[in-house]
Amino acid sequence: MRFKTVIGLEIHVQLSTETKAFCSCTANVFEIPANTAVCPVCTGQPGALPVVNAEMVDYAIKLALALNCKVNEYSRFDRKNYFYPDLPKGYQISQYFYPLAVGGHLDIDVDGTTKRVRIRRLHLEEDAGKLMHEGDSITQARYSLVDMNRCGVPLVEIVTEPDLSSPREARIFTEKLRSILRYLKISSGDMEKGALRCDANISIVDLDRNVSSNRVEVKNMNSFKFIEKALEYEEQRIKEALVRGENVEKETRGWDLSTKTTVSMRGKEEESDYRYFPEPDIPPIVVSKERIEKLKLSLPELPDQKKQRFAREYGLPEYDASVLTADESIANFFEACVRLSGKPKETSNWIMTEMLREMKEFESGELKIKPEHIAELIRLVDRGEISIKTAKEIFPEMFRTGKMPIQIVEERGLKQLSDEHAIVEIARKVLEENPHVVSQYKSGKTNVISFFVGQVMKQTKGTANPKLVNDVLRRLLEG
Amino acid sequence: MFQKMTIEDCLEVERQDLVKESLKEIERVDKVLKSFITVLDEERIEIDEGPFKGIPIAIKDNIVTKDVRTTCASKILENYVPPYDATVVRKLKKAGFAIVGKTNLDEFAMGSSTERSAFFVTRNPWDLSCVPGGSSGGSAAAVASGEVVAALGSDTGGSVRQPAAFCGIVGFKPTYGLVSRYGLVAFASSLDQIGPMTKSVKDAAILMQIIHGRDPLDSTTVDVKMDFLSHIEQGIEGFRFAVPVEVYEYEGLDKEVAERFEECIKLIEKLGGKVERVKIPTLKYAVATYYVIAPAEASSNLARYDGVKYGLRVEKSGLKETYSVTRTMGFGEEVRRRIVLGTFTLSATYYEAYFNKAQKVRRLLANDLSSVFDQFDAILTPTSPIPAFKIGSITDPLAYYLMDVFTTFANLAGVPALSVPFGFAQGLPVGVQVVGKRFEDPKVLRIGRSIEKFSPYNENGRIPLPVVRV
Repeated sequence: MRFKTVIGLEIHVQLSTETKAFCSCTANVFEIPANTAVCPVCTGQPGALPVVNAEMVDYAIKLALALNCKVNEYSRFDRKNYFYPDLPKGYQISQYFYPLAVGGHLDIDVDGTTKRVRIRRLHLEEDAGKLMHEGDSITQARYSLVDMNRCGVPLVEIVTEPDLSSPREARIFTEKLRSILRYLKISSGDMEKGALRCDANISIVDLDRNVSSNRVEVKNMNSFKFIEKALEYEEQRIKEALVRGENVEKETRGWDLSTKTTVSMRGKEEESDYRYFPEPDIPPIVVSKERIEKLKLSLPELPDQKKQRFAREYGLPEYDASVLTADESIANFFEACVRLSGKPKETSNWIMTEMLREMKEFESGELKIKPEHIAELIRLVDRGEISIKTAKEIFPEMFRTGKMPIQIVEERGLKQLSDEHAIVEIARKVLEENPHVVSQYKSGKTNVISFFVGQVMKQTKGTANPKLVNDVLRRLLEG
Repeated sequence: MFQKMTIEDCLEVERQDLVKESLKEIERVDKVLKSFITVLDEERIEIDEGPFKGIPIAIKDNIVTKDVRTTCASKILENYVPPYDATVVRKLKKAGFAIVGKTNLDEFAMGSSTERSAFFVTRNPWDLSCVPGGSSGGSAAAVASGEVVAALGSDTGGSVRQPAAFCGIVGFKPTYGLVSRYGLVAFASSLDQIGPMTKSVKDAAILMQIIHGRDPLDSTTVDVKMDFLSHIEQGIEGFRFAVPVEVYEYEGLDKEVAERFEECIKLIEKLGGKVERVKIPTLKYAVATYYVIAPAEASSNLARYDGVKYGLRVEKSGLKETYSVTRTMGFGEEVRRRIVLGTFTLSATYYEAYFNKAQKVRRLLANDLSSVFDQFDAILTPTSPIPAFKIGSITDPLAYYLMDVFTTFANLAGVPALSVPFGFAQGLPVGVQVVGKRFEDPKVLRIGRSIEKFSPYNENGRIPLPVVRV
């Protein structure tokens, strides 16, 4: 059987505005004591009213523009009504009938080819609070507590068209989106902290019979890795059902980390009627053309534009340009290095291999490594003062301590020995001490030269310039 | 005599004893009248420096007061103590007014008689066997009886004007967006508006002067500064008035109420006004439209009373059961009726047929009124088709809703509307309603003042007030 996977995403992004969506509480509520960033508005006290945070609207418009959406001149808030303890008003203020923006697209790189993913809509809404269950699970809990700090934190919901055709594409799309969010400085984009949340709708088309499976919604995928894993699992599950000649339930499933499977959360019959209607407490949002233009002008160079420029300006392969521009701070670091070193490709190599490897283990805070470090490292290698191997060896220390490479080289005595006289002297001594091997060489077993090279390197604690050692030894043996 | 004193009167006297007088009068009459849900002890009454320092005022108990219990006359909020003051409360306090207590209402302002309070029925000071109207019945009775000098009510479909008419005082519903709703416990957000209930039109203007204006905490307020007082005495010479023919077509109109209304029209003509009958075709749909939109919004606004954060919680084994039992026990029958009605009309299947259609009719009505106001300065109707009725005498919900026949259209269109006393029917007060164009609130009060000033039922332009015998 031939199958086609069809995936659409619904992504929620927490905006890093100073204050919440509809009140003046701080929106930076990650890991602060429970129920300390709250007020009458965000806890749904009787009589309290929402007031729209203008910064939130600007952030969302910027994102809409970066995703090539049409920003609607007129949009409106609506109420989405449902009961849950983390929703203090009994409704969520969202945009249903008239979203802020519609009809955009985002291009992603999939194995060297560009794929366009269409954006259906982008709208604003408020986040809900958090529940903490006292006990092993929600059903087993003796009681549950509500933390309302997150209530009213601004969210943007982005809905794609079902244009993604593999779990990997879903992951790449979400990573690309995070990159844009960070470039725009409108969200941390941290999936682990819940600043970026991804739900997916997946169905599989049986191309032979031209029928589609039911659509399954997958939730709780709280890392990029789990997006891919959960959807791979789900893809397989649906395919197997189709192979058996069955279909899957139209339902919502959640990724279960402990079993690495998806489990049913609720079926179709449990779908709620949210009774959407226009939010009477908030007048419509009217966005003027001038405001859109102003925000458009304020947009930074975005990943795709930067990537193209890097390839063009620095002559980098597309892959390098793409890796370097995924994160704006890396891109800026690269450019600063190149300004000092004048060598784009070498700089790119060092950043893409050694530096990004170190970055993976780097927790947070300010980097100790500066562009000067990389530039000096390149210069030392270039001048033959240290070998590439040595340079790689000292990289971790340089990255972690911020010591200049020359200092580490000197401290560890790693400076490459390129003094020909010194090498000749050591080589002579080695030959004198091993007359047997010398005669072996002379009888034609020239590969024993590697034994002598090893001995010289040993004597110099590996600092001798290997090429020079080879040349000197050959000369002495042949001469 | 304290009971008859207006705000204006208070400004002429030493004011340090007014709060005491008010509390004394409440002590004397409120055990029978039952206007108040909460009366503050004298030491708890804050009195700020301000031009109206020490003038006792009452606040309807659906307007939040910091650290003072605000119940909405509902079991579900019986012990709710708000952490903040409503914007209007803050403004009144700043002006020096002394808030002495919180007045009774139909639960969550859903009703026209104050019989639907979860706690007790308030009585009409003119006849203790009658209702004071509603939902701001407690405020109306407290002002008419002279327990306080003035009060605030809230008006979603007539809840300031109808009880004002029933108790023979002045009640004003401002243009939607003129007075902040921040701190008014929402019933139907697109219709709710806080308004003054007073013993004179001038007092209503004084309170409006203080409470109106843009509030950064309520984005539906409008940035206008109005002068309510300068032109209030200038009369109505040359003003044009429209009387909807629908008033005469309404079968439930009480004969004596109709007579007073006719007399009022005559008076207006005598004062130089021109009165014409007009047809406002969409007017007859106002009540039906109102009873789709208001319950729909209410069903959403009242969702927050779930027993999780504050108010009544009836602990049951599971979440759904806790919700369901809490809300069933916490809300009275009328509130539950409207929640169910609103939930139904907002459901995906019926949204188009009911809620959306009602929204369309609402727009048509607003357009109709707008063209009336292109030609007329104001619309005149009786405030209520009937005077106050006996407690417990109207039990059919539809008959009950039809009392709003002349009031809801002002809320649907967001226009200002005033009820001013004009004589009596069966010995009970009758109110005449003056409805104006959006943001012509001062003009509406000016018209009201002319009626008040020259009404043959008033003495020296002062409305007659009842004396409550205990």
